[in-house]
Amino acid sequence: MMLKIENLHAGIDGKEILKGINLEVGAGEVHAIMGPNGSGKSTMSNVLVGHPSYIVTQGKVTFKDKDLLAMSAEERSHQGLFMSFQYPVEIPGVSMTNFMRTAINEKRKALGKQPLSPTDFLKLIKEKRDLVKLDSKFMNRSVNEGFSGGEKKRNEIFQMAMLEPSLSILDETDSGLDIDALRIVADGVNRLKSPETSVIVITHYQRLLDYIKPDIVHVLYQGRIIKTAGPELALELEERGYDWVIKEYEDSLK
Amino acid sequence: MMPVHNYIDIFGQNRALIDKGSAGVMNALRDKALESLMRYGLPHKGLEEYLHTDVATWFEPDWGMNLSRIDMHVDKAQAFKCNVPNLSTLLYFLANDEFAASDTAAKASLPDGVFIGSLREAANRHPEIVDAYYGRLADMNRPGIAAINTMFAQDGMMIYVPDGVTIDKPLQLVTLLHSPVDLMVNRRILVVLGRGAQLKLLLCDHALTANGFLTTQVVEVFAGSESRFELYDLEETHNSNLRVSELYINQDADSQAEIDYVTLHNGKTRNSVFSTFAGRGSNLSLNGIATVDKEQHVDNMTFVDHRLSDCTSTELFKYVLNDSATGAFAGKVLVRHGAQHTVSEQTNRNICLTRQARMFTQPQLEIYADDVKCSHGATVGQLDEKAMFYMRQRGIPEAEARMMLMQAFVGEVIGRVALEPLRDRLNRLVEKRFRGELSQCEGCRACR
Repeated sequence: MMLKIENLHAGIDGKEILKGINLEVGAGEVHAIMGPNGSGKSTMSNVLVGHPSYIVTQGKVTFKDKDLLAMSAEERSHQGLFMSFQYPVEIPGVSMTNFMRTAINEKRKALGKQPLSPTDFLKLIKEKRDLVKLDSKFMNRSVNEGFSGGEKKRNEIFQMAMLEPSLSILDETDSGLDIDALRIVADGVNRLKSPETSVIVITHYQRLLDYIKPDIVHVLYQGRIIKTAGPELALELEERGYDWVIKEYEDSLK
Repeated sequence: MMPVHNYIDIFGQNRALIDKGSAGVMNALRDKALESLMRYGLPHKGLEEYLHTDVATWFEPDWGMNLSRIDMHVDKAQAFKCNVPNLSTLLYFLANDEFAASDTAAKASLPDGVFIGSLREAANRHPEIVDAYYGRLADMNRPGIAAINTMFAQDGMMIYVPDGVTIDKPLQLVTLLHSPVDLMVNRRILVVLGRGAQLKLLLCDHALTANGFLTTQVVEVFAGSESRFELYDLEETHNSNLRVSELYINQDADSQAEIDYVTLHNGKTRNSVFSTFAGRGSNLSLNGIATVDKEQHVDNMTFVDHRLSDCTSTELFKYVLNDSATGAFAGKVLVRHGAQHTVSEQTNRNICLTRQARMFTQPQLEIYADDVKCSHGATVGQLDEKAMFYMRQRGIPEAEARMMLMQAFVGEVIGRVALEPLRDRLNRLVEKRFRGELSQCEGCRACR
């Protein structure tokens, strides 16, 4: 099992947002988490990657047989957890190359490996840039500084490719992307898929799921997963909206 | 307690000794300096310009002064070995205030008419030149340290570069504070650049012994028309070091100057810069970095006088304050009536890493001309938490992420340094400083 979430309760600023999440993601699977605004999608991804502002009050998360919640954000990353940010952060004065080299070598260090040689590092960069069609000029620029919305998202997938995570969470990766950028990003994600890696796609819309085909679709509502089904659910949500799922759920509580 | 009249007494009692250890031209200004000190006293925090740095209290301890110029036996070669890759300099020393040239600098053949040497010696050998410049910029009609420095200074460095002459190699003046007891040092630097002359000067301020020091440093720079001058003043001393410096620069038409202050390690420091555009078409790049922790204090005060039209000044000062350190920046830009087409940009950005660290910043802009482009801004904040989390998510440990963000923050200032090999050195020095590897002054790290 890649990821197992059991009865996860978490919140921010003393307000509980996740109210008992249960979710299992197997190796090689693609899961989509959909839901209306404010349902807790972003909280869930932030809690999983260990954002310090979010507090877990109850529950357990196991990632590749390890206690995920006991790890720091950087340890989670070293263990193979990656999140593509909805709003990638600009870091003036830190070049992409320096940033990437540090990230890669810190991960290698944590796993007891030698740092990558400069030649191998450059080779790796070249290979992964091609995957998302990211121009080499970006490597000398500061991280995300002055990147367009599409370039930022491509940069996220580039970093994902560089770090070779076992579980990637794509948090609203489609927001702010035009159709061409969306294709490039989705294409990159698809080419990184393998039987050993899993993806959680968090999205409000069906659009991205046309390109990254999920195996399983979940609906998150008021901090709980209220429905789980196959990929056809995404299409149905696109057509009919969320109201019917919510009604179904509320009826089931009666 | 040593109130100002004690210094006046010491001066009166030792006047003959002071004069004997110096030169006529320097001695000639001492009476005027005494008058100024009696009139204005030492700069204290009751004055707006010294609100955050009570310099007068620094003079209270009973400092030793080496007025009889006893040889302190500073083994300069031992104390300082320079082997910077890519930075080959003409190396000079001021051991406290005693000038010496390194062997290679002494043997270097300099273009005709160039003088680089002891100020005292210059005053003896070329009194007419020194007299034309010495004390002409240092302002003793206001509270400051020019007066007390002029009263007691006996030596220092003089650089004279005639018209049209370029000194290719950067000059490096290493000041080595060295004493068996707490010591006050008054040093003086005079730089005269003729028309079209070019000079790069790197000052490295070090303390070799762990006792207390109080240094007053007055630098006067005459930059002739079309000249180019670069000054890098790098302090790496220790917690018992008090330093108060004043720099006066007068720029003639179409001259270019860059002045950078880097306070890597110190006790308490006050640097004041007074810049005047005395000709049109000149520009000044004035920058600073301060990395302070524990109880350290750095105060940079700049005054840029746009007296004439068509001059440009850009200022960027950045501070990183840790522990209970305090910092102050006051930058005043005065654009006088008629100084049209002035371009002036002043920025001061600061990061307080702890709740105890304090920064006081006061950018000031006074404009009396209407066709100008001026801006100023100041910020005090913390490291960007969002960036920090983003980096951690990518596997960069928190401590390393902080390091990279601090480095990037001051990197913007280092990027403005014209002298490229120094840029590399500064990047490394700052990194070491942030990693806590520069906890003491250990000689000139800029050159190791």
